Amino acid sequence: MSVDEATVRRIAHLSRIAIEDADVPRMQGELNAILAFVEQLNEVDVAGVEPMTAVTPMRMKQREDVVTDGGKAAVIVGNAPASEDGFFLVPKVVE
Amino acid sequence: MTDLTQLSLAEARDGLRAKDFTAVELTRAHVEAVAGARALNAYVLETPDQALAMAGASDERLAKGEGGPLEGLPLGIKDLFCTKDVRTTACSGILNDFTPAYESTVTTQLWRDGAVMLGKLNNDEFAMGSSNETSSFGPVVSPWRRDGSNAGADIEGTHLVPGGSSGGSAAAVAARLCLGATATDTGGSIRQPAAFTGTVGIKPTYGRCSRWGIVAFASSLDQAGPIARTVQDCAILLRSMAGHDPKDTTSADLAVPDYEAALGRGVKGLTIGIPKEYRIEGMPPEIGALWDQGRAWLEAAGAKVVEVSLPHTKYALPAYYIVAPAEASSNLARYDGVRYGLRVPGRDIAEMYENTRAEGFGREVKRRIMIGTYVLSAGYYDAYYVRAQRIRTLIKRDFEECYAAGVDAILTPATPSGAFGIGEKGSADPVEMYLNDVFTVTVNMAGLPGIAVPAGFDAQGLPLGLQLIGRPFDEETLFAAARVIEESAGPVTLPEPWWR
Repeated sequence: MSVDEATVRRIAHLSRIAIEDADVPRMQGELNAILAFVEQLNEVDVAGVEPMTAVTPMRMKQREDVVTDGGKAAVIVGNAPASEDGFFLVPKVVE
Repeated sequence: MTDLTQLSLAEARDGLRAKDFTAVELTRAHVEAVAGARALNAYVLETPDQALAMAGASDERLAKGEGGPLEGLPLGIKDLFCTKDVRTTACSGILNDFTPAYESTVTTQLWRDGAVMLGKLNNDEFAMGSSNETSSFGPVVSPWRRDGSNAGADIEGTHLVPGGSSGGSAAAVAARLCLGATATDTGGSIRQPAAFTGTVGIKPTYGRCSRWGIVAFASSLDQAGPIARTVQDCAILLRSMAGHDPKDTTSADLAVPDYEAALGRGVKGLTIGIPKEYRIEGMPPEIGALWDQGRAWLEAAGAKVVEVSLPHTKYALPAYYIVAPAEASSNLARYDGVRYGLRVPGRDIAEMYENTRAEGFGREVKRRIMIGTYVLSAGYYDAYYVRAQRIRTLIKRDFEECYAAGVDAILTPATPSGAFGIGEKGSADPVEMYLNDVFTVTVNMAGLPGIAVPAGFDAQGLPLGLQLIGRPFDEETLFAAARVIEESAGPVTLPEPWWR
């Protein structure tokens, strides 16, 4: 399978990455090189093979459902590009 | 006094305990070496004041007889590990000047055991690369040069890559800018740079080290491990780095062995497998000769060597280039310009996300996010992602069958070639660069431990490494067998500091 220019633009938008018109053909070429490389996986007979979900056999552990941390709003917003009164500031999302 | 940067980590530890020198003296020697090696671009942040303060505290503990296993030993930390109040960027523009309010579990354990932090080490952006050329801080220059090359700090000439993604770690260790370094390995990022720089690197079993506080790339493949100048030094460091952590649900609840005590076990009575599928088409003859030599050394030391088959080997790399980008596209969704890092304004929030991510991510990272997004998207999920995960099951099964037949460890080359020049690979076709990891990526896909150990040189005088692959959680056998190869190959003469 290979991707066309429209698909490259659609994937870029799904990925939330702005892409300049001039970059579309280059990105298309690179993505198609990778897709051509992975094409060989179609040779493998995978009938009846379970897809891997965990590489080591272990039971997912659960911790006790208790509050172990918190009360540090100022620390949490400390690296934010924009914040006010312990909130993250974003462009208006609701008109 | 001898140059303290020439010591191995074990020698420095023993010298501190014998009071031959102080931790402050040892640290100052390294701080000066780091400051004199900026031409290599191995460190992206130097923390000399913090290093000397930590060393002073180590000297006080050593004087009271309270020193930990790594007391007073200066280390470099890959910039993928979050370090409290010390800028951590994963060498990406999108993290900008992110300064964590917390410390990764692995580094917390190093400081608990007394180690000293010299600074943060360069890596490929988000650990995506095999040459350290994708870093937002620019490429790392290997301390190694081709025979006859006089390329210098101010002299034109082709500089070599140290490998990647842990290129800063490998270069700093080889150039004696730290006694050892932390690193991470998702497809070969510890073992390939170790092989390129004549150093030792181990990727432990998935789950051996906590991933908490390490910037995530592909969570089912990422593992932390050390790079150092000897097998013994790696054994010492891994013991401190490893261990169960309730904050990482995939970390293994198993006791950590005394790896250093396993070093002298040798390989007598062990069965070592040689997988025929690793003899790939177009492999340089010097790599084949190195592999044969490693086999002969292990046999001479009493191992039984058998040919084995891992039939799905050739599918590991293409399957990896579906699984790893898929996980990366999900993990890297968090970089949205809201909670930390770079923000580039837009007319609305969606445009703000898109502008931020377009400017903050480099080319390789964007490419992998987009491939990952594509293989997870509606209509392609089963054809790509689920198929790759089924093949991953087959790759792991190959190894399980091999170990069930009585093989204790597997010997392979670490890389398909020695180091190459900066700018020489992957500019037209990204797959050319990806092929660097053809021998290492299988190990991540199967969650196994793997160690790279120097074993010889290529025709240009550059180091080459062999890889040993072990059973799950049997890093001890890898250390014992790697020690045999290290002793058989003899000590690596590291490059003289032309970069000063």
